[in-house]
Formats: sequence, structure tokens, C-alpha cells
Amino acid sequence: MTLAQAVDARLRKGIGRGEFFAVIWPSRGQEAVAAGVGAALRRDDRLVTTYRGIHDLVGKGVPLTEILGEIMGKSIGASRGKGGTMHITAPEQGVALTTGIVGAGVPVAVGLALAAKQQGSDRVTAVCFGDGATNTGSFHEGMNLASTWQLPVVFVCQNNLWAEMTPIGDTMNIDQVVDRRLAYAMPGERVDGNDPEAVHRAVTAAVERGRSGGGPTFIEAVTFRFEGHYFGDQQKYLPAEELAAAKEADPIPRYRQKLLDSGALSADELTAIDEDATAQVEAALAEVLAAPAPDLAELDQDVFVNMEGIPS
Amino acid sequence: MTVLAALNAALDEALAEDERVFLLGEDLADPASGVNHVSSGLSTKHGADRVLNTPISEAAIAGAAIGAAIEGRLPVAEIMIMDFIGIAVDQIVNLAAKARFTSAGRTPCPVTIRTASFGGLGSGATHSQSLEAWFMHMPGIKVVVPSTPADAKGLLKAAIFDPDPVLFLETTALYGKRGPVPTGNHVVEFGKADIKRAGSDVTVVTYGRGVYDALDAATALEADGIDVEVLDLRTLVPLDMPAVLESVGRTARAVVAHYAVEFAGPGAEIAAQINTGLFGQLRAPVARVGSRFRPIPAAKDLEAAVYPNADRIAAAVRATVGYSK
Ligand SMILES: Cc1ncc(C[n+]2csc(CCOP(=O)(O)OP(=O)(O)O)c2C)c(N)n1
Repeated sequence: MTLAQAVDARLRKGIGRGEFFAVIWPSRGQEAVAAGVGAALRRDDRLVTTYRGIHDLVGKGVPLTEILGEIMGKSIGASRGKGGTMHITAPEQGVALTTGIVGAGVPVAVGLALAAKQQGSDRVTAVCFGDGATNTGSFHEGMNLASTWQLPVVFVCQNNLWAEMTPIGDTMNIDQVVDRRLAYAMPGERVDGNDPEAVHRAVTAAVERGRSGGGPTFIEAVTFRFEGHYFGDQQKYLPAEELAAAKEADPIPRYRQKLLDSGALSADELTAIDEDATAQVEAALAEVLAAPAPDLAELDQDVFVNMEGIPS
Repeated sequence: MTVLAALNAALDEALAEDERVFLLGEDLADPASGVNHVSSGLSTKHGADRVLNTPISEAAIAGAAIGAAIEGRLPVAEIMIMDFIGIAVDQIVNLAAKARFTSAGRTPCPVTIRTASFGGLGSGATHSQSLEAWFMHMPGIKVVVPSTPADAKGLLKAAIFDPDPVLFLETTALYGKRGPVPTGNHVVEFGKADIKRAGSDVTVVTYGRGVYDALDAATALEADGIDVEVLDLRTLVPLDMPAVLESVGRTARAVVAHYAVEFAGPGAEIAAQINTGLFGQLRAPVARVGSRFRPIPAAKDLEAAVYPNADRIAAAVRATVGYSK
């Protein structure tokens, strides 16, 4: 959580000051979901996420230089700058795909899980998406197929209550996104997405179900995005009371307090964790900023394996 | 062997050769074995876990195939009729066609999407289109259109084992065409156009159904003393422009023919490249014969009037040969 927050904070600070250029969809406020999901997955479990997925990538253990480098279009990025924020792939950490098309990752996650089953592996695939994505055809086709074929997929809806500038109530006539699973006879639950332990418990149970052949699970994690849809979003559409109430439930100070109250960690230990996160981000950032831009020759690689007969 | 049997044989062999190969699509399993019956007998022989029946979910069929391909499987997804591919286009163009590039080679996606152009059967506007130009326009996916049984088998084998995504476009009207198919492991390399008829006066550059119209036109034109070469592209991406330029370089005249809509169709690109490559050597402007810019009508006569045919190709050839500056 701390690391995801540190990455997001540093990016916003750097872009805001004009220190560097990067394209981001801020995930401040949603860190508890990413932490809960990431910690419940094995390294070889697969993750599919979205443009608003930097926190998910951090949670899955993708090296910061790969994330920051890709976001900034540098040669040391995950895809040497050819992917960008919306298309980060990190196979070594199990990140199969990041999608910029709302809802599109859902059927692909089903295919990743199908392959695991065919290969006799107990790998599980988790797919993260927003509440808005659950209005797409791809989402419903994917849910139905995963349920019909009983595949090891964990569907994680990061319900931040907004899709771009439209509140959830304007786009669906149900009270809870989790109800959508009922049409597919899929087990699942709605959890407090600002409580990393609640998310972790739910995802862990879902992962165990998938690993043991019990099929897919749908989890709705209710949370909020504090910075709006895109970097610099003034959020004129967002009632001030709603934002204030959401900030009351900010997962970071809340979890910090919980750890202190329970005696799990001391204030000093928590501060040390924060400092370590900041230091990690600064070190990675320095490396990324010093790295060269991708070579133009990159454009002639990786469209196809063999580029013969391919238009230039 | 028919084109249909050749396609079936390619799938059968691929399933037998490599456990990573599997098929998925609507109604594929026996006894239905798909609307087009290309998968006839395959679930019985190879098992229901190798030939998967799916719901009517084109996005999920393509998406699941793409996901499995990313994991190293060799899925062959069937989109029953090409017109339905619109529902899966997002998955194909935004995920499959981009997976290798956006991951800088870390996430290859060796998926094969088979689909059929249903045209010529009077099925009307949403069951008759030839939409290959959409996919030619999209870097990252190969586009294959076989015309003969031998090519159908050899190209499908190549598609399944190709390391990149392939759109394999069949033509329902050609399923019954017969021809010899080499025995053994017959694979036709992508990007190699094939001279289906040698000639010296004019080259008709075509593929798929257009090959047969061009051959018919060539036979008719013999009476006029016009010797037509018919060049079958076989794959549109990669496109064998060296073969096109070699042939047209010899004949100095070209007609490009296809069932896709002529306006902004594949012929526009090919004609432009011939023009660039052979300007000054051409004895006539490159002519194009494609479908008229109309939704495909259902009534037989109307449908026929929209599509290219041997007469329209012959007329274009005559005009090209008779052209004088
Ligand atoms: C298919 C598609 N339509 C529209 C968009 C533009 N768009 C980008 S993000 C977004 C909102 C998505 O909302 P949600 O799924 O709730 O995710 P969130 O951004 O809230 O995390 C939209 C409409 C898109 N990227 N893809």
C-alpha cells in the first residue's frame, strides 16, 4: 500500500512540477485493493489490469524501474516504451496484460485461466476492472464463459463509484455490482475495498477456490479514486461532500491507525516503512530519468516475429 | 479433395501433432460440427476438451483464445461468419494484434482466428461481407485467404503454428471446390503469391473467390487473343509485392480483383504500390474490380450485380489491354 501510494504521489508531484513527462490515471485511494489482491496471489498467478493499474502492478511485484520506465517511455521500461501506461506487461511477475479498453481484459483472463487448466497447472488468474467495465458486453461474455467452464478466475471489481465523469447510479439499475454474479451462478462477495485485510481474505478464499478446481469468484471491492479520472482532473462533477466523506475513509491513515491500535507495528516501524517506500521510488526514478529514450529501431521490431513483406 | 475436406484435414493433423492446439467456437463439436462443418468428426476423434463448444459470445471466443495463446497454447477460434467478427474486433485488433509490440516481444500471441465470408448464398447484408481490408489496415495481424484445397490446407497449417496472430479467411462458396492436395505435412509459407495461370498480356492480381472469376475471365479472353496471368496473393499480410511487381513488370498491365468493396479496398493499396513500383513501365493504368459500394443485397440478381465476376474482370482486362495514351 505504502509503495503504491509513494509511486502515485511521486508521479503526480513530478508531472505537476514539470520535472518529467508521464501519462497516468491516478489510483490514490484504491491502494488497499491492490495490496489485498497482490498479497493473495502467487508470483506465477496471472494478473490482468487496466490503465488505472499502477497500484495493481506494484502489488504484483513488478519492479519499479519497469513501471516508471514504461510510463515515461524509456528504454528500460517494461516494453522499452512501446506499451505505455495502458499496456504494461510483466510476464516474469505474472502480469499478462494491461488494457486500455474498458472491459476488454475480462475475456482474455478467461483464456489465461483456460490455458492453466489445459496445462494442468493450479495457477489462478485475477482480473481487475472498474464498476464501469461491468456494463460492457465483454465483461458479461467473459463472466458467463468462466462460469460455464468453471475456470480459475478471480474477477475483482474495483468499484470506485465513478466511471470517468459519470456516477455509478446513472449507469446501472442495481444497488450492488456484486449482484451481477448471480446471473452466472458465481460465488462472490462485496467487501470494503479500503480495508486491505478484508480484500485479502476475500481474494485468498477465491484463489483457493480456483486453485482447487472450484471455479471462478466475483469480488466487488468498494473504494474511491481521490484524484478523479485522469491526472489534473478538477472533478467539477464531484460533490464536495462526497469527496470529503470518501477521504474520511482513506485506506492509508485508516490502516496505519489500525496497525498502531492493535500493536502490530509501532509508529517508528511504520515511519521506517514509509521512508523505505519513498527511497525505493526515488532510486527507481533516478535510474529511469537517467535512462535513454528508446531507439527508433524499436519500431521495426515486434510487430511480427518476421518482418519480411510487412509494410514499413 | 474439397477445400472443406482440406481445412478439416489441416485441423485434424494439427490437433494430432501438437497437444497445444485446440479449437473453440459455436457448435463446433459433433454431431453439429459447426454451421460450416469444417470441424466435422474432430471432437469425436480428439475429445471434447480439444474442440470446445462456446456460447454465442464472439468477444469471449476471441478473448479466451487470445488469453490462451498468450500462455503458449495454439488456439484456433472460429467466428462462424465474418460479419459477426465486429463483436470480436476489439479483442483482435486491440489485444491480439498489439500484444507482441506493446510488450516488446515478451507476450507473443500465436492465435488463429478462422472465419468465413458467406457471400454468394443470398444471405444478405449482414451475412455476406468480405471485410479483410479492416484487418489489413491493422499492424500486428496476418491476413490469409486461400483459394484452392492445397492452399487451404497448407496455409491453415502455417497459420496454426505461426508465432503471430492470424486471421484466416475462408470463403463458403469455395468449400466445395476440388483439387489435389499434397500428402504428408503440407505447409504453404506466408507471403508467397502463386501464379495460378501463366500469361503474357496482363496480370490479374487477386485472391480467394476472385481467383476463379479471373480464371474464367482468362478462358473467355483466349478467344480474343488476350493471354492473362492470374496471380493469387494467398496472404494479404504479408503481401508478396515482389511477386506482383515481377508479374506486372512482365505483362505491363494489371487488374486487381476482389470481393471486398472496391472503394478503399485491398485493391487500392495494391494498385498504388504497382503504380509506385512500375511507373513508366505500365502500358495502362492499373484497373480495379471489387464489390460495388453497397450493402450486399439478398435477392440473387441484385447480389450478383454488386459482386465482381468473370465478365467484369474480362471487361476490365479488355479496357486495360485496349488502352492507348
Ligand atoms: C471501450 C471503452 N470505452 C470507453 C473508454 C473511455 N474510458 C476510459 S476509462 C472510462 C471509465 C471506466 O470506468 P470504470 O470501469 O469504472 O473504471 P475506473 O476508471 O473508474 O477505474 C472510460 C469510459 C475506454 N477506454 N474503452
